[in-house]
Amino acid sequence: MSSASSTTTGAAKPSSTRANPANKWEAAADWTDGRVGIYSLAKANLRKIFPDHWSFMLGEICLYTFIIIILTGVYLTLFFKPSMAEVVYNGSYVPLKGIGMSEAYASTVDISFEIRGGLLIRQIHHWAALVFVAAMLVHMMRVFFTGAFRKPREINWVFGFLLLVLGMFDGFFGYSLPDDLLSGTGIRFMEGAILAVPLIGTYVQMFLFGGEFPGHDIVPRFFTIHVLLIPGIMLGLLVAHLILVFYHKHTQWAGPGKTEKNVVGMPLMPVYMAKAGGFFFLVFGLIAAVSAIATINPIWAYGPYRPDQVSTDAQPDWYMGFSEGLIRVMPGWEISLWGHTLNLGVFVPLMIFPLVLVAIAVYPFIEGWITGDKREHHILDRPRNAPVRTGLGAAWISLYLVLLIGGGNDLFATHLHLSINSITYFVRVGFFVVPVVVFFITKRWCLGLQRRDKEKVLHGRETGVIKRLPHGEFVEVHAQLPQQDLYKLTAHEQNQPIELPAQTDENGVARKSGALARTRARLSRGFYGEGNQIPKPTAEEHNEITSGHDHH
Amino acid sequence: MSHDMSEENLPESHGSAGEVADHGNPFADPGLPAHEPRRTDIDERAAKRAERQVSLMFVVSMLATIGFIASYVAIDPDKIVYVFPLGHISALNFALGLTLGVALFMIGAGAVHWARTLMSDVELPAERHPIEADDEVRADVIEQFKTGAAESGFGRRKMIRNTLIGSMALVPLSGVVLLRDLGPLPEKKLKETGWKEATEAQPLQLINMNTMQPMKPEDIIVGSLTFAMPEGLTTHSEDFQQRIAKDALMLVRIAPEDIKDEKSKEKGFEGILAYSKICTHVGCPISLYEQQTHHALCPCHQSTFDLADGARVIFGPAGHPLPQLKITTDEKGNLVATGDFDEPVGPSFWERAR
Repeated sequence: MSSASSTTTGAAKPSSTRANPANKWEAAADWTDGRVGIYSLAKANLRKIFPDHWSFMLGEICLYTFIIIILTGVYLTLFFKPSMAEVVYNGSYVPLKGIGMSEAYASTVDISFEIRGGLLIRQIHHWAALVFVAAMLVHMMRVFFTGAFRKPREINWVFGFLLLVLGMFDGFFGYSLPDDLLSGTGIRFMEGAILAVPLIGTYVQMFLFGGEFPGHDIVPRFFTIHVLLIPGIMLGLLVAHLILVFYHKHTQWAGPGKTEKNVVGMPLMPVYMAKAGGFFFLVFGLIAAVSAIATINPIWAYGPYRPDQVSTDAQPDWYMGFSEGLIRVMPGWEISLWGHTLNLGVFVPLMIFPLVLVAIAVYPFIEGWITGDKREHHILDRPRNAPVRTGLGAAWISLYLVLLIGGGNDLFATHLHLSINSITYFVRVGFFVVPVVVFFITKRWCLGLQRRDKEKVLHGRETGVIKRLPHGEFVEVHAQLPQQDLYKLTAHEQNQPIELPAQTDENGVARKSGALARTRARLSRGFYGEGNQIPKPTAEEHNEITSGHDHH
Repeated sequence: MSHDMSEENLPESHGSAGEVADHGNPFADPGLPAHEPRRTDIDERAAKRAERQVSLMFVVSMLATIGFIASYVAIDPDKIVYVFPLGHISALNFALGLTLGVALFMIGAGAVHWARTLMSDVELPAERHPIEADDEVRADVIEQFKTGAAESGFGRRKMIRNTLIGSMALVPLSGVVLLRDLGPLPEKKLKETGWKEATEAQPLQLINMNTMQPMKPEDIIVGSLTFAMPEGLTTHSEDFQQRIAKDALMLVRIAPEDIKDEKSKEKGFEGILAYSKICTHVGCPISLYEQQTHHALCPCHQSTFDLADGARVIFGPAGHPLPQLKITTDEKGNLVATGDFDEPVGPSFWERAR
């Protein structure tokens, strides 16, 4: 249109239909909009609604600690020297003077003692990394126990899972870099685990370390992986994760006025900009304060790495603790045949480690298959209303914790004055038994809570008011719940178990369902069959009871 | 008062039950509750107070940043102070961390307080739209794709398709080939140690790692644990780390009648046994020794070896005993080795033959 008018009027200025900007800020926004289209983008998002609940902040902690880690990590790269070249320390930390060490270790000691504020940034980096992985795990549990992973969010669940796994490994690579006695021991453990892989183990080891352990390449190679490769992938996944959160709109708890077709909350601008933006500063401030008062990874106390030295109480960072548990409690099985050795004692834990993680990663797809539910879900489940799912999640956490005890068996032994052998045997049995026990306890607990909800809906809440009836009996008066509470407690859907089609058709000819279909039906009964959930109170039941009260 | 309450809550006089029953469904969604104003919404003085609180937090943040800069400039990095209950800590780290923490936290606290007290807290609904496209859009996209595919001739011109797939499959191989020089092939590297230089004719002395001197048998007393490495290796050697990761020895002396394993006794010298210090589990150096039982324990994963019984594994995840180095004495009476271990040291691997 403007081009048409300019050709007809010749020398006149090309006109625009847009109103004149009111001030220079609007003019700047107009300029940008003309090039990248910010108005269309902002129209949908500036007043985007976010629901409010404390558990929705867990993901924010992950995001903010990630940003803190990037900021402090860039600072550390300015001073850290990822080199295993041998130097003799001559800095201000007297106990290490004259000792031979790698440049990586020496530069980390320098960051801690020579660079003003270097120790603080190092500690913020490390503390933030611990909080990052912890927040991701807790955030994932929130999503798991509320069923927020259901359609349409399964892919975002997988993105989040990959972020957790990458975060754990990047943490491991990160604390391996200073080349101190503790981290070197961690790398040695990794080398031993790689060697246990059949067929290719020794080749992978030689290629990764550039020769025999420890060689001179592993720190510079880990450095590249730690600061570039993994964070690069994580940044991509993080952006995809957030785009999907925006696109799907946030889930919400059931409540009056909240449906599958809306999202109720407060707008991004201004409330969530202030709350979420402010929360970043709260998290950063707290981690900075913790780094001021709590030492983490005092590498100067450990000394430089030597393959023939080790300290007692050697522990990985907490998120690697469960793999440590696996490796510690596994019996030392080794099979030697035809001139080859299969080191099951190390290889089996090495395989269980990813399996434990993958088990939780694929759960949304398994549950989706069992329910056969193809609808979108935006209203969260209360954990009690999905007893089997909640039980499985609790069992998974208990497995994780049992292995964490196994990983710290020496600390538990020394601090609690227990026998290390007994702890190890307990973990060996507990690995199989504890998750099963936890599953059944949790499921029954959930069913109990469902019964309580049903009771509350049908008979009201206890008022604490005791009434004496004409014939002398004392009863406690129950008050009906307000309608919004009744709605909240009955809003959840209850899946029904899948029925197999009749095993004979109308002519009496056998029509057997496949093994897969039968498994699915059995699982479906296990999830939603009788005794695995308490039927919701119906309006009829409620009306009958409340009208019964009138006759009382 | 209490009398009124109880009357009000009597089941008979409970009004809402009747009302709900009239509606038919007592569990129906009552819709969004009405907004309840906060104190700051209706009381201008409360709002003013909240405004001052928020500003105060931002001011504290500014002061903390100034404190951060002042600490950076003024405090000596080596200064150690006693702070209860933390103990003796770096003054600079403590001051920088606390001021930075307060500066950041107060910005956050101010922003959140501002949002909670002064910004609108009216909950608004926004509609969701189904993610799935409708059938018309779906059909249109599939049609477009089919048109594009047909125009490319990808399905029709099979030769192009197959050669393209072939070239795409091959080209990543270059990247794989380029990784070859990441490291050498394993060959025999994991199967031998620095002790292989030792022969009957030219034995290698065992060097005590504390004194860096050769050892005589009488230097090793019962109940002690001594670490040793081959002569010729020093901590300044170019490949020291790599060598010590395999060559490190631990020496114990056990009364000969207490040694249960005959072969082990033969490899030793007058009850002095030289075992590899590197754990056969995943390669940690074993460093804990229980004199009374002759048990050695790896502090990493608690594999426990009975050194009196050929370093048999008696507990923990290790899969096989510690290799033992055959030792004797040379003409000067120093402890020496005359050959390599007769099996690989350290963690086991696929090519390891027992």
